[in-house]
Amino acid sequence: MDRGDMSTASVDVRDIQGVVRFGFGPLKDASFWLLKIRDAAAARAWLATAPVTTAEKLGAPPVTALQVAFTREGLEALGVAADVLAGFSAEFLSGMTGEASRSRRLGDVGANSPEWWKWGSAGNVPHMLMMLYAQPGEMDQLTRRIRSTGWNAAFEISDCLTTSNLQGTEPFGFNDGISQPELDWTRERKTHGDQLRYGNILALGEFLLGYPNEYGKYTSRPLLADEPGSAGLPCAEDYPDKRDIGRNGTYLVFRQLQQDVRGFWRFIDKQTHSNPQARLQLAESMVGRRMDGTPLVPAQSQHIEGIDPKSASKNQFTYDLDEDGIRCPFGAHVRRANPRNADLPASNGLVGRLLHMLGFGNAKYRDDVIASTRFHRMLRRGREYGTRITPEQAVADGPDMGEHGIHFICIVANILRQFEFVQNAWVMGTKFDALTEESDPLLGNREAIAGCRFTNAFSLPQESGACEHVAEVPQFVTVRGGAYFFLPSLSALRYLATVGRK
Amino acid sequence: MTPQSTFMILAPITPSHEADLRRLLAEMNYEPGRLNSMNSYVPFGQFDQLHFARIMILEDQTLDDITVYGMPRIDYPTYLAFIGDCDGPAEELLAEMAKRAGEGLRKIFAHCDGFRSDADLLVWMSARNLLPSANYINWIGRTVRQVREEEALRQCIEEFVRKNAESMRGMQPTQVREMLKGFVADEVQSGRIKLTPATPTPFGWQVRNLFHLLGMPVLLLVLSPVLLVALPFFLIQLRRSERSDPEVAPRVNADHAKVLASLEDHDVTNQFSAMGSLKPGLFRRLTMILVLAAIDYTARHVFNRGRLARVTSIQFARWVFLDGKRRVIFTSNYDGSLEAYMDDFINKVAFGLNVVFSNGIGYPTTNWLVLNGAKDEQTFKNYLRRHQMPTQVWYNALPGLTALDKWRNAQIREGLEKTTMTTGEVRDWLRLL
Repeated sequence: MDRGDMSTASVDVRDIQGVVRFGFGPLKDASFWLLKIRDAAAARAWLATAPVTTAEKLGAPPVTALQVAFTREGLEALGVAADVLAGFSAEFLSGMTGEASRSRRLGDVGANSPEWWKWGSAGNVPHMLMMLYAQPGEMDQLTRRIRSTGWNAAFEISDCLTTSNLQGTEPFGFNDGISQPELDWTRERKTHGDQLRYGNILALGEFLLGYPNEYGKYTSRPLLADEPGSAGLPCAEDYPDKRDIGRNGTYLVFRQLQQDVRGFWRFIDKQTHSNPQARLQLAESMVGRRMDGTPLVPAQSQHIEGIDPKSASKNQFTYDLDEDGIRCPFGAHVRRANPRNADLPASNGLVGRLLHMLGFGNAKYRDDVIASTRFHRMLRRGREYGTRITPEQAVADGPDMGEHGIHFICIVANILRQFEFVQNAWVMGTKFDALTEESDPLLGNREAIAGCRFTNAFSLPQESGACEHVAEVPQFVTVRGGAYFFLPSLSALRYLATVGRK
Repeated sequence: MTPQSTFMILAPITPSHEADLRRLLAEMNYEPGRLNSMNSYVPFGQFDQLHFARIMILEDQTLDDITVYGMPRIDYPTYLAFIGDCDGPAEELLAEMAKRAGEGLRKIFAHCDGFRSDADLLVWMSARNLLPSANYINWIGRTVRQVREEEALRQCIEEFVRKNAESMRGMQPTQVREMLKGFVADEVQSGRIKLTPATPTPFGWQVRNLFHLLGMPVLLLVLSPVLLVALPFFLIQLRRSERSDPEVAPRVNADHAKVLASLEDHDVTNQFSAMGSLKPGLFRRLTMILVLAAIDYTARHVFNRGRLARVTSIQFARWVFLDGKRRVIFTSNYDGSLEAYMDDFINKVAFGLNVVFSNGIGYPTTNWLVLNGAKDEQTFKNYLRRHQMPTQVWYNALPGLTALDKWRNAQIREGLEKTTMTTGEVRDWLRLL
């Protein structure tokens, strides 16, 4: 069903978990708990009064925040009925590690294979994720509050993933989380027809269930008949006689990614013969931004819809002016993760548009080969872990600095079309943008592919002619765990607290 | 130029033999989705002119869908299909296969109705070879041999460039090209690189192609008065049909989806096989015939150089009518994963998908034949996945190479062989490396 005249319907931010709207930046301490439900009734009782933080904007940021999400296993353990469960998306139900074919697509093979994971492999999938955020010094108090009455009977903590505050950089030392999509909270965006320019504002339904997405459609999710237990749930906009478990909720993808910081800088150092200037330059080419986050292509003067003027210097750009990949290599990490293209290549007038729609008017074989970006965006909410080391420290001899990495967290309404697509076709894909023999310079697993000599190169297009190639790039990032979660709305959380009751 | 051709041998499976046949087909694989290309039944890898092939059981999951029109389910026979795309005439390849893999093919076809062990295999196969109503070839004239040679050429040149990166740094693009030309000439001389010149295009094919190129517009012109008169009736019928045709695209059965997924993403290229029934009545059948003829025409004469409209990821595709034009099978070989493939369909060529597939029962509702339809993303994906069938045996002669890889490699060779190039062209050419 199309959005019709519902587009002005207001959004109840108090029904949405805060992490959809905020990164909780001022809450520097974060801890992610992976839980097993010990006793369903006790867990439901605890959830009924859980102090979950909403997306409501208050005068000041909260001192602490709590967010709660469930895997399919968790919903089952709570007692959600099978027919209700069946309404969730297939990839959520199957799980991140549920099928070998999914692992192949996500690049979770070789050293990334779930069989080596610390958590999340088949049989080791947590039931729940609790995300705890606190201002410095406040975490203990939050922990005490959470682990109050009934906690011990309800839950068992199987893993406690700690984070560290690296002042906005990820462990390799680069500013992170710079480009985020803007949500159309006022529901004014028109998604119909080809979007001829890259934009950064996206339909609410890309990141929240129960609202129209970029296709103007409602992503499928479980809907309930109007029955006693479901009375607290909002009605579905597209099926007003049904109650919507999904509305104001969404999916959350969690991946624990270990980063070999030493290996990264040492490899680059060797490639550049220990020239600090060249070392920095190569690292920045691989990432696709300078260490401080400045893009490698110049910002454009023309405004991009949904880009905050304050961050224009970092985000007001596309790759239209770098079509040969000379400033930012085609295969650079950020260019893969967000190619910033529109639905159609830039064209003049109606005739030009028509020609492009039929596939004519392309000068080069690689023109117009990347899928339209707006259907493949993610809200990223990750946090880092491990101690901070500089490139200089990483290159020098020194004591072992322990494990570093990122708890990659993204929020999407459609795991398959957003997270899995980006991970598969763009990041892990050795054929992204007509490239070959290389995958993401940071995240690639360098695993062999039938018929390819290797997958571990990195090419840097040159003004003068043939590309420069970096050969035998090692694996720098290893997956250590992960799962797909459902991040319910507050009303769905209350509904979950009533399920299975006889 | 060597034109490509295609075959699809179709025969009903004897019901009592189906389980045996499944076991046999499974024996050809290392694991589901990974073929042993030198398996003892049909060692596909021995046939140098073969691009892609598949042997599969056509299991239509959607036979009940016709009941939404109040009509009874029709139990068609379950067919075995042996499908391939090759360089040169398909008859020649089939003859060679009958000779060199006859024993294995006989074992396979022995599971089909009416196959007699003393039958002449080639005659038997040829009698069951169905021509597609629309056929797409990513690049007409590009042979397996050419792709192999050009990939070897690229690897050789790139290695040379990497080894000599230092000395090339100060050189002008044209100088670099001269150096590479010299290097390749030496490699060719010494036999380390082979670049077989294209063979002359068969005269008969040229004549037929020209006849097709001109014949269709002439036919259209001749028929235009009739078509013009029919147009309003067509549109009325179309709108009526679009208003009333039900959608049948529920969530895909999880087990079915798992089987399909298990066969995918073992290579950078994948197979897709789907079938379904046309909406009942003459209107949709005629529309389908016309639309497929139009697709076939444009694929042959317009979209024959790397792009099917905006899509660059389809290597080969075909539509074939079955069962008195009541059902259609669609098969393709495409680059990337299914999600990316469907994304291309929806975002790049939804209009093209709509005109064809909306004639099938249950397709998401279209508007004026080209609008909406596939743009109903999830419904469309459900529809496709639901009509998709497991492809038990799938062969790709050139794993690891996408259509874009093949295109780039061909350009690398072209740039070597060109007599004159501007500096700008040389620089663009070097950037392919």
